[in-house]
Amino acid sequence: MEILISQVFAGLSLGSVLLLAAVGLSLTFGQMGVINMAHGEFIMAGAYTAFTVQQVLGSAGVSLLVSLPLAFLIGGTLGLILEATLLRRMYHRPLDTLLVTFGVSLILQQLARDIFGAPSVDVRLPEFLSGPVMILGTPVPASRVFILVLTVVVVAGLSLLLSKTSLGRRIRAVVQSRDLAEASGISSRRTDALTFFIGSGLAGVAGVAITLIGSTSPTLGTTYIVDAFLVVVAGGIGQIRGAVIAAAGLGLLQVFFEFGTTASIAKVIVLVIVVAFLQIRPQGIVATQTRGLA
Amino acid sequence: MSRDHRPSYLEIRDLRVVFDKFVAVDGVDLRVEQGDLRFLIGPNGAGKTTTIDAVTALAPAQGSINHNGHELVGRKTHKIVRYGVGRTFQTASVFEDLTVLQNLDIAAGLRRRPRDMVRTRQEVSPRILEVMETTGLSRHQETKAGVLSHGQKQWLEIGMLMVQDATVLLLDEPVAGMSQGERDATGELLTKLAADHVVVVVEHDMEFLRKYAQSVTVMAAGKVIAEGTVAQVQADSTVQEIYLGTAGTKSLEEAKVEAELLGLDPEAVAVSGSTQSKEN
Amino acid sequence: MTTTVSPQQTTTTPPTTGSAELPSVAEGAGVWTTGPRGALLGLGIGAVLLLVIAPLTLGGFGLDLLGRYLCVAMVAVGIGLAWGRGGMLTMGQGVYFGLGAYIMAMHMTLADTTLEGETIPTFMRQNGVEQLPELWGIVQHPVVAVAAVILVPTGVAGLLGWAIFSRRVKGAYFAILSQALAAAFAVLIIGQPVLTNGSNGLSNFHSLFGWDLSDQANRTVLFLVVAAVLLVMLAVTWQLYRSRFGELLVAVRDQEERVRFLGYDPALIKTVAYMIAALFAAIGGALFVPVVGIISPADIGVVPSIAFLIGVAIGGRSTWLGPVLGSIAVSFAGTQLASAFPSFWVYLQGLLFILVIGFLPGGLASVLGLVRRRRSQGANDDGGQAAGSTTAPVSSEQEATR
Repeated sequence: MEILISQVFAGLSLGSVLLLAAVGLSLTFGQMGVINMAHGEFIMAGAYTAFTVQQVLGSAGVSLLVSLPLAFLIGGTLGLILEATLLRRMYHRPLDTLLVTFGVSLILQQLARDIFGAPSVDVRLPEFLSGPVMILGTPVPASRVFILVLTVVVVAGLSLLLSKTSLGRRIRAVVQSRDLAEASGISSRRTDALTFFIGSGLAGVAGVAITLIGSTSPTLGTTYIVDAFLVVVAGGIGQIRGAVIAAAGLGLLQVFFEFGTTASIAKVIVLVIVVAFLQIRPQGIVATQTRGLA
Repeated sequence: MSRDHRPSYLEIRDLRVVFDKFVAVDGVDLRVEQGDLRFLIGPNGAGKTTTIDAVTALAPAQGSINHNGHELVGRKTHKIVRYGVGRTFQTASVFEDLTVLQNLDIAAGLRRRPRDMVRTRQEVSPRILEVMETTGLSRHQETKAGVLSHGQKQWLEIGMLMVQDATVLLLDEPVAGMSQGERDATGELLTKLAADHVVVVVEHDMEFLRKYAQSVTVMAAGKVIAEGTVAQVQADSTVQEIYLGTAGTKSLEEAKVEAELLGLDPEAVAVSGSTQSKEN
Repeated sequence: MTTTVSPQQTTTTPPTTGSAELPSVAEGAGVWTTGPRGALLGLGIGAVLLLVIAPLTLGGFGLDLLGRYLCVAMVAVGIGLAWGRGGMLTMGQGVYFGLGAYIMAMHMTLADTTLEGETIPTFMRQNGVEQLPELWGIVQHPVVAVAAVILVPTGVAGLLGWAIFSRRVKGAYFAILSQALAAAFAVLIIGQPVLTNGSNGLSNFHSLFGWDLSDQANRTVLFLVVAAVLLVMLAVTWQLYRSRFGELLVAVRDQEERVRFLGYDPALIKTVAYMIAALFAAIGGALFVPVVGIISPADIGVVPSIAFLIGVAIGGRSTWLGPVLGSIAVSFAGTQLASAFPSFWVYLQGLLFILVIGFLPGGLASVLGLVRRRRSQGANDDGGQAAGSTTAPVSSEQEATR
C-alpha cells in the first residue's frame, strides 16, 4: 500500500513537472500553431534565474519567492522578442517555425554555456522544502509537494484567465478562428504577442520549479522539451484540460513502467502508448473541410 | 465507361449525415442511372455538397450508398474512388506545383503497376492527349497548374475526372466563375459524358440547369423535396414554396433571379420575401 | 470514349493572359537538376571527384574526414526525399542512422573479439557479463549483419510510418513524434550499458569483414565504397524524382486529401518514401562506423537528428543535389570551425537555422534559381516573354526532372 501511494505520488509529481513545462507550450502551439522548440531553453532561463537570484540574495526561501515572478518576466520577455522578431512573419509556415526556433534554442543553450559554464549548478532548497511530508502515512519530499501545488495554482490561474477575462476571450476567439476574430475587431497581433508572453513566462516558472528537484545545466531544456511536446500532442491542441490529463497519464505510466523495468524501457513503452493512442484518436485530421480541399 | 454491359447506377438509400448534433443530410434517397444528367439543387445549407461528401467518404455517412452492386458506406475514400466514383470540388483542387500533363497523368494512373510507378513517363497516353484536346489544355501541357486561369483549373479538374476511368462523376459547381462560352462548352461536354457515365452536378446556376439538366433533384434542409424533369420540378408546389417562401440565406434579389430562371413568377418572391430580412 | 468537343467550343476557353510567374513552393527545384544529360554530367563529375581525384590528392586523414561527410550526406539524401519532396519533416533520422550504425558496430566488435580469441567483447566482460547476449549473437555472421542493416531500419520505418500516416497524423504531429522517437532511442541505448556500452558507445574497431582497417590501402577501398554507395543513392533519387512516384509524392505533399480522391492511398506513398529515407540513413550509419571508428548516443539523439536537417535546408530541400551539397558543406564547416571556435560554431549553426529556414526556405538553390531566371529573362527580353511563364515552351526533358 505504501509502495502504491508513493508510486502514484511519484507519477503525479512527474506529471505535474511535465504539465508545468507543457502548459505554456500548449497555449502557444494551440493559438498560433507555432512549435516553439526554444520553449525548453525558456525553462532553462527560468532555472538560471533561480540560480542567479540565490547567488545575489543568499536566502533560499526569499530568493525562491523572488525568482518565481522574475523568471515569469524573463521567460515572457524572451518569448515576446522571439514572437516579434521571427515568428510573426512565419505563421503560415508552422512546420518551419519548429526549425527556426530550434536555431534559437541552440543559440540560447550556447549563451548559457558561455555565461554559466557547461557543468551543472545547484540551487539550494529552502529549509521548509527540504524535509519529507507525510501523506496518507507515506513520506514524500516536500519539494515535490510544492511543485504539485504550484502546478495546480498555475493551471487554475490560467484556466481562469482564459475563461473569465477579456484577454482570455480574445485568445479563445483567435484560437477558434483567426479571420473571424480579426473581422470582429480583435487585434490578433496583440493577442498573439500577449499569448506568447504568458506561455513563455510559464516556461520560466517551470524552470524555477525544476531547480527544486534537480540540478541546472545548459541542456536542461532539451531533457524536458520532447516530453512536453508529447503531452501537448496527446492532450490535443490548445486544450488545457487535455494537457492536464495527458501529463498526469504520462507521468503515471512512466513511473508505473519504471517500476517493472528500467527508466529507459519505460520511456520507450510510453512513446509506443502515445503512438497507439493517436491511432485511436488521431489529431490533426483536417478532413472536415467540405467545399474545397484547398 | 462501365466495365460490363449493364448500365451503371448510383443508388443512395436513407442517407443520413450528422455532424456532432447537427443533421446535415436527413434520410435522402437518390437513384441516378447512366444516360441521365442529374442536377442537384437547393438553397444554401440544403445538404447537396454534404451528400456528395458522404458518397466519397469525406463526411460520415449512415444508410446505404450503392454503386453497381458495391456498397460504399464504411469504405475509405481511395477505395470508393477505385470502385469508379470520381468528383470535383467547388474550389478547383489541382496540384499547383505540377504541370497540366503531370496532373492528368496522376489522375489516370490509378491502376498502374508499381513497376510503372518508378519509371519515367515515356510517352503521353492517347487518352490524356485526347482529354487535353477536349478541354483545350493541349497548349498548356507543360504549364504548372498553379498559373492556369480559374476556368482552366476547373477544366483541368474535369479533365482529371475524365481520365480517371470513373463511372460515376460528381461535380460540385463545375461552372462557377466560368464565362458564358466556357459554360456552354462544359454543358456540351457533360451531356456527352452522361451517355456512358452516371453524372450528378451540384449547381446554383439556374440558366445552366435549364439548358442542360435532363433531370433535377431538389434538396432543402437535408431532405429531397422534389425530383423529376426541369418542367416537373418547376411545377412542384413544394419547390415553389422553398424558392419563394424561405429563400434561405439568399438575398431577395438572388431569390428573385433564381425563381425567374426556374420559370416561376418573380413577383411572388417579392411578396413572400418582403416579410423577411434581406439577408441573413 | 467519344467526348471530343468541337474546336469552336474549345476556343471559348480564354488563353492565359500572360499571368505573372508565381513563386513556386518548390522554389529553385530546377536548379542542380537538369535533364538526363545534366544528371549524368553531375554524377560523372561527382564520380571523378570522389573516386579519382579525392583518393589521389587527399591523405589518409583527409580521406577519412571526407568519408565521414559522405556518410552523413547519405542521411541528407533521404531527408531530402522525405521532407523536401514528401513534406514529412522527419526529426528522428538519428534512429535509423543509429540502428544501421549499431548493428554494424556490434558485428565488427564481435568479429574483433573472435579474432582476439575471446568469446565476449571487453566492455561486456567489464560489466560482468559472461555469456554473449542473444541480440549480439544474431549479427555475428557478416551476411546477417548486412541484411539486418538493410531490413531492420526499413522494417521499423515501415511499421511506424504506416501506423502514423494511415491515421492521417501529419505535419507538426508527425515531426514531434519522430523527435520523441529519437529521444527514446537515445535513452534506450544509454540505458542498456550491458548491450550497448551506454553513453561511451562502441569503438576501437580493427577489422571489417576480415579486412584490416589500419591498412591505408583498405581504408582507401572503404572510402571508394562509401563514395560509390552515395553516388548510387543519388542516381536512385534522381530516377525517383523524375518518375511517376516522384510526381505523386509532390502531389501528396501539396494536397494530400486531393490525392485520396484520385484513388491513391497517400499513407502508402508516404510510408514508401519514409522507408527509403530510413534505409539511406541506416546505410549511412553502417558505413559511418568503419570510417569514423566510433558510434555513440551522442551521434544519434535529438540534437544530431535535427542537425541532419540544416544541410538539407541550406542546399535546398526539394532539389536533387541540394541536400547532398548542403550537408557536405555544413559538415566541412563544422570540422573547420568546431575545434577552433567551438562556441562560435554553435552560434553559427543556430543562425543558419534561423536565416535559412526563416528567410530562405528554398535554400541556396532558390538564390541560384533566381539568378538563372534573371539571366534567361534578360536573354528573352526582345522576345517579350518571361522565361518559365505559361506561354514559354519548356522542353519536356527539363520538365522530367523538375
